[in-house]
Amino acid sequence: MDAQHITNKERLAIPRQPMPAQDPEVRNKNFREVNLGYTPELARQEALRCIQCKDPICIQGCPVNIKIDEFIKLVAEGDFLGAARKVKEDNVLPAVCGRVCPQEDQCEKACVIGKKHAPVAIGNLERFVADWEREHGEPDLPAIKAATGKKVAVIGSGPAGLSCANDLIRQGHRVVVFEALHELGGVLMYGVPEFRLPKEIVKTEIEGLKKMGVEFQTDVVVGRSVTIDELIEEEGFDAVFIGVGAGLPWFMGIPGENLVGVLAANEFLTRVNLMKAYDFPAGSDTPVFDCRGKNVAVFGGGNTAMDAVRTAKRLGAEHAYIVYRRSEAEMPARVEEIHHAKEEGIEFLLLMNPLEFLGNDRHWLTGVKCIKMELGEPDESGRRRPVPVEGSEFILPLDMAVISIGNGSNPLIKQTTPDIEVSKRDTIIVDINTMATSKENVYAGGDIVTGGATVILAMGAGRTAAKAIHDKLMGTAVNHNEW
Amino acid sequence: MLAFAPRQKKVPDSINPYETDEPMYRIVSSIFLAENIKKLEIEAPRIAKKRKAGQFIMLRVTSHGERVPLTIAGSDPEKGTITLIVQGMGKSTRELNALEAGNSIADVVGPLGTPSHIENFGTAVSIGGGVGTAIAYPTAVALKEAGNHVITINGARSKELVILEKEMNEVSDEAYITTDDGSYGFHGFVTQKLQELIDSGRKIDYVLAIGPIPMMKAIAEVTRPYGIKTVVSLNPIMVDGTGMCGGCRVTVKDEIKFACVDGPEFDAHEVDFTNLADRNRIYLSEEKESAEGTSHRCHLHMDK
Ligand SMILES: Cc1cc2nc3c(=O)[nH]c(=O)nc-3n(C[C@H](O)[C@H](O)[C@H](O)COP(=O)(O)OP(=O)(O)OC[C@H]3O[C@@H](n4cnc5c(N)ncnc54)[C@H](O)[C@@H]3O)c2cc1C
Ligand SMILES: Cc1cc2nc3c(=O)[nH]c(=O)nc-3n(C[C@H](O)[C@H](O)[C@H](O)COP(=O)(O)OP(=O)(O)OC[C@H]3O[C@@H](n4cnc5c(N)ncnc54)[C@H](O)[C@@H]3O)c2cc1C
Ligand code: SF4
Ligand code: SF4
Ligand code: FES
Repeated sequence: MDAQHITNKERLAIPRQPMPAQDPEVRNKNFREVNLGYTPELARQEALRCIQCKDPICIQGCPVNIKIDEFIKLVAEGDFLGAARKVKEDNVLPAVCGRVCPQEDQCEKACVIGKKHAPVAIGNLERFVADWEREHGEPDLPAIKAATGKKVAVIGSGPAGLSCANDLIRQGHRVVVFEALHELGGVLMYGVPEFRLPKEIVKTEIEGLKKMGVEFQTDVVVGRSVTIDELIEEEGFDAVFIGVGAGLPWFMGIPGENLVGVLAANEFLTRVNLMKAYDFPAGSDTPVFDCRGKNVAVFGGGNTAMDAVRTAKRLGAEHAYIVYRRSEAEMPARVEEIHHAKEEGIEFLLLMNPLEFLGNDRHWLTGVKCIKMELGEPDESGRRRPVPVEGSEFILPLDMAVISIGNGSNPLIKQTTPDIEVSKRDTIIVDINTMATSKENVYAGGDIVTGGATVILAMGAGRTAAKAIHDKLMGTAVNHNEW
Repeated sequence: MLAFAPRQKKVPDSINPYETDEPMYRIVSSIFLAENIKKLEIEAPRIAKKRKAGQFIMLRVTSHGERVPLTIAGSDPEKGTITLIVQGMGKSTRELNALEAGNSIADVVGPLGTPSHIENFGTAVSIGGGVGTAIAYPTAVALKEAGNHVITINGARSKELVILEKEMNEVSDEAYITTDDGSYGFHGFVTQKLQELIDSGRKIDYVLAIGPIPMMKAIAEVTRPYGIKTVVSLNPIMVDGTGMCGGCRVTVKDEIKFACVDGPEFDAHEVDFTNLADRNRIYLSEEKESAEGTSHRCHLHMDK
């Protein structure tokens, strides 16, 4: 079909193109990417489904307002590189967002044709054009403005820090990113597993920033190695952006949580992703719990829980369970991840509440005592509150339990920079229009402000801060359309 | 079926095993203090400037290495170096101890952890067991600088394993050495020496004890009846060391604490040592595998 001469009726008659994926029984034994990506034919076919609304409300569903209609039009016309460039005007990490955004709650939720049909697969198309550019395009660096002589420190190299660094370097500022770990990328490197987001992609995106002149210093824990005050007063930074992400994991506070074999999802995922423990002992010196033939349960229903349980399955777990207090409808994970997990043989124990972990005389975990729940009246959040079903307790035998019920905030910045105001939950308080903190010339964004949220929201916050920092440093209100 | 791959020997033979373009940290000097215990001076200017007693670093020897937590035993801010004292335990620490001056390691990050709480307590006893002496040393120095009457008790299994004798003598008003086999100093355990001091009627205001978990637990029981403030430095297994993963969680006063940010020093009378000892055993069989290369474990490779 020709992109120029196609009626809306014809467009709407095209079914949503499914994402090709590895066979579930094969992929649940390897760490390669699950989704294989659209072919050019599939991409063009899917792009033709977009009716090119006069008032594309999908754009409002995207936290960084990608010009969705325009890039999809270019895809339909076969100009994939042009489409990629269009996306990159608003999003520095399209290959990442196309893969991990909860599209069903954002852009695709807003898409008009989604009312009667399946919405346009905006995420899949975004991923396609970004991959196409990476594999076929000339690396085409955006224009960098003349040096301003200003210097900005970005703390943390997660999505918030990277997008802030990107916008600032383009405006001609000197940008130095400080990262506590030995690898750059934040949760994208140590949290989200390879099978969902290949690390090469994150590395390529960061290489792009390096080529544009962003300087990266790994192994620097701001607060400990150097404080924010020292960055400003001694190292001459004119402004600071804090994008240090979420902090320490929460535990459930039930008996037996101290048993050997009960750990937090962050630890499990960090061992496997950042420290490459799946390759222990040949290619990595960091061990991970030997899951082969074991029973593993992950407690929680978010993306982190899905990542942990699917990782355990791939490491050879005989039974890999999700234990979740509410029903599937309430699960905060991306719909695609829940679907993929089920295909891979993950067992979902829904409406189930753990009461107590049980152990042997060596204090190793042997199981968990659970009680069944049923949905009661809606609570303040509008979600129906689960209530226990009396007498329904049972014991699930386990070798490893992974707790994935959320994170607090890292206290380091608070402890070492007392003049930055924080909330009761220790998140940094900012003016949401500028992301400015209570401390002069210091801005913050991402999970450290919102608590655990999403990649794209963190990136949006990084951009908002970059604009405000630029305005502040240059003493001008910029023409934001140029960003 | 899962793919079975034979174990490859990845321990580097040459002195340039690194596959990384990341900045590297140069070893300035490297000498043995005792069998299997090495003192290393490493270039890390930012850390040298900032570190305080009681803090540690994490390092990776190679780009596929573990992150290993090690206490900063001393530093030279002018030269931009820090000193580490390392006991070869398993693969990573032995690999580190095999390096010489002029070699580099992949990563050093810090200073991590909350610095020791130092004040003039009066009479302070610093107790080190084995390589714990190295961890106790910087805090003993700080206690001395704060004006305390410093007593050190430095314990080892036998004479050859006594480390930092000269350094400890220098910072102590009274220095004792104990050996389990009686080959040097007091014949017996550090706990017995401490009990002896208490029994002699000495007024002791503060005890710092660092060493193997059973030793720290025993010291806590010695001082508990007398209500002597006692601090221990805990060594749970760490991954990031920055307060992200939750791996270093310990139970203190029935609450969860994270040693890399809340510690590593805690009130000895509140620590659940049994739980710490249990949890430190989780990867024991894996570590043996890694050190000895005896495994036939299957590996899930990311066969691209
Ligand atoms: C397992 C997992 C799966 C997820 N899946 C999804 C998903 O599918 N889709 C989605 O949209 N979101 C997902 N999220 C959430 C998303 O990853 C986060 O919301 C996002 O990464 C937040 O970005 P950030 O830049 O604020 O922080 P982070 O990505 O956390 O990055 C912060 C960086 O700062 C560094 N840092 C911390 N303290 C310091 C310091 N003192 N000095 C220097 N550096 C420091 C950290 O090491 C880290 O690299 C997931 C999260 C997890 C944990
Ligand atoms: C805060 C802190 C300060 C320390 N300071 C010193 C020091 O100054 N000098 C010194 O010689 N040792 C110190 N240690 C102990 C040192 O980190 C371990 O001996 C080392 O990690 C062992 O690694 P390996 O690969 O050589 O041995 P492995 O074979 O991996 O392990 C041997 C034993 O070390 C412990 N261990 C393993 N991995 C870790 C880890 N990631 N974190 C903590 N413990 C682990 C386990 O109990 C294990 O049984 C310190 C530990 C902590 C937590
Ligand atoms: S960035 Fe996320 S929300 Fe925006 S268009 Fe892409 S997938 Fe949709
Ligand atoms: S709302 Fe849907 S159909 Fe309309 S422009 Fe956006 S993607 Fe296309
Ligand atoms: S080591 Fe990860 S939180 Fe302390």
